[in-house]
Amino acid sequence: MKFNEGNWNQDVNVRDFIISNYTPYDGDESFLVNPTKRTTQLWEELSASMKVERERGGVYDIDEKNISTIVSHDAGYINKDLEQIVGVQTDEPLKRAIMPFGGIRLVYTELEAYNKEMDPNVANVFKYRKTHNDGVFDAYTDEMKKARHTGIITGLPDAYGRGRIIGDYRRVALYGVDKLIADKQASKKNLVYDIMDSPTIRQREEISEQIRALKELKEMATKYGFDISKPATDTKEAIQWLYFGYLSAIKEQNGAAMSLGRTSTFLDCYAEADLESGKYTEEQIQEFVDHFIMKLRIVRFLRTPSYDELFSGDPTWVTEAIGGMAVDGRHMVTKMSYRFLHTLVNLGPAPEPNLTVLWSTRLPETFKKYCAKISIVTSSIQYENDDLMSAKFGDDYGIACCVSAMKIGKQMQFFGARANLGKALLYAINGGKDERYFEQVGPELAPITTEYLEYDEVMRKFDAICEWLSKLYINTLNIIHYMHDKYCYERIEMALHDVEILRTSACGIAGLSVVVDSLSAIKYAKVKPIRNEQGITVDFEIEGDFPKFGNNDPAVDDIAVEVVKSFMNKLEKHRTYRESKPTMSILTITSNVVYGKKTGSTPDGRKAGEPFAPGANPMHGRDSHGCVASMKSVAKLPYDYSEDGISYTFSIVPGALGKTEDQRAENLVSLMDGYFADNGHHINVNVLDKEVLLDAMDHPELYPQLTIRVSGYAVNFIKLTREQQLDVIHRTFHERFN
Amino acid sequence: MLRKMLGEYMKTEDKTIKGPVVGRIHSIESFGAVDGPGIRYVLFVQGCPLKCLFCHNPDSWCEYEGTLTDSEKIANDIATYKNYIKNGGVTISGGEPLFQPAFVVDILKRCKSMGLHTAVDTSGGVGLVLAKPVIDSADMLLLDIKALDPVLCKELTGKSNENALEILDYCEKIGKPIWIRHVMVPGYTLEKQSLEDLADYLTAFTCIKKIELLPFHKMGEYKWEQLGKEYSLTNTPEPTREEIKMANDIFRQRKLPI
Repeated sequence: MKFNEGNWNQDVNVRDFIISNYTPYDGDESFLVNPTKRTTQLWEELSASMKVERERGGVYDIDEKNISTIVSHDAGYINKDLEQIVGVQTDEPLKRAIMPFGGIRLVYTELEAYNKEMDPNVANVFKYRKTHNDGVFDAYTDEMKKARHTGIITGLPDAYGRGRIIGDYRRVALYGVDKLIADKQASKKNLVYDIMDSPTIRQREEISEQIRALKELKEMATKYGFDISKPATDTKEAIQWLYFGYLSAIKEQNGAAMSLGRTSTFLDCYAEADLESGKYTEEQIQEFVDHFIMKLRIVRFLRTPSYDELFSGDPTWVTEAIGGMAVDGRHMVTKMSYRFLHTLVNLGPAPEPNLTVLWSTRLPETFKKYCAKISIVTSSIQYENDDLMSAKFGDDYGIACCVSAMKIGKQMQFFGARANLGKALLYAINGGKDERYFEQVGPELAPITTEYLEYDEVMRKFDAICEWLSKLYINTLNIIHYMHDKYCYERIEMALHDVEILRTSACGIAGLSVVVDSLSAIKYAKVKPIRNEQGITVDFEIEGDFPKFGNNDPAVDDIAVEVVKSFMNKLEKHRTYRESKPTMSILTITSNVVYGKKTGSTPDGRKAGEPFAPGANPMHGRDSHGCVASMKSVAKLPYDYSEDGISYTFSIVPGALGKTEDQRAENLVSLMDGYFADNGHHINVNVLDKEVLLDAMDHPELYPQLTIRVSGYAVNFIKLTREQQLDVIHRTFHERFN
Repeated sequence: MLRKMLGEYMKTEDKTIKGPVVGRIHSIESFGAVDGPGIRYVLFVQGCPLKCLFCHNPDSWCEYEGTLTDSEKIANDIATYKNYIKNGGVTISGGEPLFQPAFVVDILKRCKSMGLHTAVDTSGGVGLVLAKPVIDSADMLLLDIKALDPVLCKELTGKSNENALEILDYCEKIGKPIWIRHVMVPGYTLEKQSLEDLADYLTAFTCIKKIELLPFHKMGEYKWEQLGKEYSLTNTPEPTREEIKMANDIFRQRKLPI
């Protein structure tokens, strides 16, 4: 293969390779081809296994005997004769592995939930070896345990893999593993200073682990009959090498989100060369892609029922970022961008991989319209603002999980779940006492005792609670990530990073629209607290109306901007683990239901236990001015203060999007151009009839592939809990007919 | 006072914007994809002279209700949506926009000055003398012809259709583009003969750019209940797929833009 040479020939620099070699594609989708017979047959076989998986209560099988590592399992196949791209996590597709280094206790719970017993050999290992979870609880303070218990800080990765790290899996294909090992060895040699302090010692140990992992990666490929020590030489090898890199990561880490990165335009460089030389046809290339994507659809981790309650639908966040603009002004849409999206047609809709289009208003109109069309038919794509992110992250960033941008191979994050701001507001009103447990959790402020809530007093106290909360939050994350690095280090993912990287402490907030509407009610209407015998406010009465977030009304939208800025400013004040940079996201995934459950009645009229709105969404039913008004309110939230992402989920019935298919696609493009030009960060697009969802609740067997997008990721609707299905249906569906 | 206001507003050739004009609105829909071309900001004004049996917004009838606002506030709000509606525009619907002509004209002028395309969605229940300035200020009309037969029209809407037909003639005269809308109500307007009569009638007009036949639906029925009004179409079925096709074919056969 002949590629244009550049920096990438000397240093590990995938971006340079892409920029020097990719071919932007301005045409339409007419070059795309149907699935091959092999593809159709393979997908049918896999679909049959997935049906069995559902019938067995969501888990096909578990290998409880082998602790999963890169080389723990022999080769496994769906159907060896048909598969063009090979490799599964264990020795059989869909069979789940145990990964106990995050926490052995969790493995006990998981096995128990699926009627399996802990293997004595595995149990024995953990008599002598600590896990991440053990470490964290050795160091947690009483205050942290309390905050975790009441749920003012929730979803902390203290018992399982933290995830949200994207290895640069492309490096495996571009350089082959030997070069990567040599590179790491050279770095280690260099890492000798006069004083051997903890950071240096830790780094030397980590690089040694990385080198070991790279060697195991080679060994794993050998089991499938491949030698990946040298660079890939064509499209098929490039996909296979890259996938092996990714596979090694998901064999060893059950991180909450295991993104793939940004691979399509990289792979297109190989495909263009092969098409030109005549080595492969379009049919063959699409077949490799279809088989690759099939593998990404069956990434499985062992989870507990309580985890599912939080993040429903068995998500893995195999996020792949597509499109975007290059710094030199060219767009980065290639034929491969189309081929990836086309898998939603060839294989039907699916929640994974989490296909994410990096939208720029400057993307070619043909591609925009193609995306819109596929969105309308499948509801499987999310969109993020490339114009906003490229200014901060350049043109080789990917998306970890749902909305977190990071430079690939140069940046990682310490995932921090989220703080419940709805609850924080109630702590402010109740003098730091929890409204459900009636315990003192926060600082003992004087509780509010006036007959009606006064805005200035509430704001003052809310500010004090947030000050306390942000500090506790960062300190908690420091403990978690110290222990994760120590006991559950992501050696292969970090082997596919530079030695010197940027780390962020990725905090998050939940309940934004609840807090904002509550503050608006206190400011513009009269809110009377209802107190119990202990003087704790357990409910509110609202007299009069007030402006609500989601209607493009500055009176309340300005409060939202202020809440976001203020919490981010507070987070920034605290010392973080490994000098990481604090960032914040407004993202709940499906956990908005659980957060709502754990939070008492709020001053906006939301009753105790009712769900929050997901992510940055306005509360259901309160956005009465149509979806553009709702989008405009969300777009006002400042990305500079929420650099880890702002998630917005948009659901519309097809009839309201336009009268003909063509109009619908055009209108969706206009909507997204408008939203992103307004600096909106992220949008999930669902184009669905409510009736379809209602029917799917009653007849799940008829909708095995019904996919919907919720707060940053896509799920198989029938895999949601009933409670979450109802929440999705109650959420604002924008519908307007004639 | 009324005469003075009317006098001011009648000078439609005057393109200058005088100052905010007060008006009453029912609601705002920031995303209208079915009320004119492209994505549109739809302003529903309050008050309507008709009382259509199938109305899905009976809460927009009474001219004393709704929210009091002014044309400047509305225009400022519209301005914030420019990114979204640059390929679409603004539609003023109702209620009946022709019922508050000074307010509507002032909004239309302000939209024009922002370079936005404008449409007025009307059932033409107001005399031409009042309607003219509004028609002149809008880029296009969505004209709802409830029924061609005046007797049926009165039964269905409480008023005859002479104003609507006069407006249609005027638009033909000045070449103002029109989209005709017609609601197909089984038992009333969804009859072969009356549809053929309407289609024949419309073939004479070159200003008609599109005809939208809208199937009757009952999604507004709950509002009648809330208002304590009696809804007479509870037992009227929604048109079937075949009936809709039949109706469309009638217009298509006459080469009308459907």
